[in-house]
Amino acid sequence: MAITIEIPTAFRRFTDGVPKVDSGATTVAEALNDLTARYPALSRHVRDDQGQVRLFLNVYLNEEDIRFLGGESCPLKDGDRVLLVPSIAGG
Amino acid sequence: MKEVYFLRCRECGRRYANIPQSFCEECFSPLEVSYDYEALRQSVKREDLTHRAFNMWRYSEFLPLPAGFTPSQAIGGTPLIRSRKLGHQWGAKNIYFKNDAVCFPTLSFKDRVVATALASARRFGFQKIGCSSTGNLANAVAAQGAQQGFDTCVFVPADLEPAKILNTAVYGARIFRINGNYDHVNRLCTQIADRFRWGLVNVNLRPYYAEGSKTHGYEIAEQLGWELPDNVVVPMAGGSLIGKIAKAFCELAHLGWVEPKHVKFFGAQATGCSPIADGVKRNLARFEPQKPNTIARSLAIGNPADGPFALRLIRESGGWAEDISDPEIIDAIKLLAETEGIFAETAGGVTAGVTGKLIQQGRIKPDETTVVCITGNGLKTTDAIAADFPLTEAIAPRIEAFEAVIENRLGASVQA
Repeated sequence: MAITIEIPTAFRRFTDGVPKVDSGATTVAEALNDLTARYPALSRHVRDDQGQVRLFLNVYLNEEDIRFLGGESCPLKDGDRVLLVPSIAGG
Repeated sequence: MKEVYFLRCRECGRRYANIPQSFCEECFSPLEVSYDYEALRQSVKREDLTHRAFNMWRYSEFLPLPAGFTPSQAIGGTPLIRSRKLGHQWGAKNIYFKNDAVCFPTLSFKDRVVATALASARRFGFQKIGCSSTGNLANAVAAQGAQQGFDTCVFVPADLEPAKILNTAVYGARIFRINGNYDHVNRLCTQIADRFRWGLVNVNLRPYYAEGSKTHGYEIAEQLGWELPDNVVVPMAGGSLIGKIAKAFCELAHLGWVEPKHVKFFGAQATGCSPIADGVKRNLARFEPQKPNTIARSLAIGNPADGPFALRLIRESGGWAEDISDPEIIDAIKLLAETEGIFAETAGGVTAGVTGKLIQQGRIKPDETTVVCITGNGLKTTDAIAADFPLTEAIAPRIEAFEAVIENRLGASVQA
C-alpha cells in the first residue's frame, strides 16, 4: 500500500525541495509522523509544543479536512493523498 | 522615504519585509501589516483630515500604500446612521448602523479591502489578480480590476447566487465556478497562489487586503465625533473584519486621536454556519469547522482562518457571539428595511437579528452606544427573500378598479 503526502512550497526548504513523498502509513497521524521522521527540521512546523497539528495548518485527506473525518486517527487506503495547506480565509 | 509598514507574524512575532505572502514560514500563522507608529505620529495629525474628502483614503497614512500611490476611486466614506425606530423597538437608545451596503463601487465593505490589495498588487508587479470568494469579494475585485486594467480571475462555489455571478461577469472578469463549498474554493486558491505568480487578494496579498477593513473602523470612530462606541456587532465569515475594527480603534487610541475605551466586540453568524459563535458559546480552545448550510452565503465559511483571533478578541473584550436561523435572517432583513430604510443582504440580516438577540439577552445594555456593521447590499441577495413577496394582483388602469381593491388592500375603509 502507498499513499502520497503533498508538501506546500513554504515547507520545501525543509524537504530539500521535494514536493511530495510516498509513504506506507495507514493513518493520517502515521503519515505526518513518517514525514517529520524523514525531515526532522519540519517537525516543529507541523506540530506545536503540545504535539497538536499547528493551529493555522490544515491537513486534508483527498478533498476533505481531516477534522471532518475523525482527525488524525483517520485510516488511509491505497492511493490516498494527504495535503498540508496553510489556513487562509476570505469572503 | 523609509517605509513605515512591514509584515509581522501574529503568533511568533517574526518580522518580514514587504512581500506577497500571507503566512509565517516558521509557524504558518498569518502575517499582518504592522507600522512604525512613532513615524506615523509625526507624519499625520487628526486636524490634517479636515480638508480631505470623506472616503477611505483620508486615512492613507494608516494603510499599507506604496510611495507615490494615487487612489483611482473614492471608496468607502459610508453613512453611520443613528437608529430612529429599530433601536426603540429593541428597547435600546443608542443604536447606530454603519452602512457599507452603499459602499462604492460594488455595494459591500469588500471594496475597501480590494482597494488596498490592488495597491499592493501593483507594487509587487502582478498583472493577473484574483480571489476566492463567496460573492461580494468577487464583485469588488472584478470592478476595481477592470478599472485599473488588471487581468482578473475569480473563483467561486458553483452554486453561488446568480446575481453575485452576474455582478462579477459584467466587468469582464474570468469566472471559475468550483464544485464545492467556499472552503474547497479557498483551498484550491491557496494551491494556485503556491504554483502560479498571481496576485490573489485574499491569499498571498491577504495582509495588505485585510488592512483595508480598518477604514470601516476609523470611519465609525470619526462619525461618532472621534469617540469609540461601547459595543460593535460584526458579521463573521473568515473572522477578519472584527479584528481589523479592533485594530483601527487601538491605533486611534494609541495615537491619541480618541480616548482609550474598553469596547466590547460581538460576533454574528448564521446558525447554518457558525463555527466561531459555537466556539464562543461552548468556550472551546479551538473552534470546530462546519459544513455551511445557510442562505447567508457571504458568511458561509466553515473553516475561518481568522477564527482563532476572532474567538480570542470576543472573549478578551467581554463580548459574545450569537447566531440566528435562516427564517430569522429573512425576518431581520425585512425588519431593518421597514424600520430604518436599509436593505441589507443576508449577512446584514444576520447582524441585525443577532443584535436584537443580544439586547434581549441583556448582553448589550439599552443605554450603551452600539454600532451594528452592515456590510453588504440586499440587491445582491434578492433570491433569499423573493418568495416572501409574491406579486399582487394587477388591476385595470381605471379609478373604479382602484376603488374596488383599495379597502381590501389597506385593510380599512378609506375616504377620498
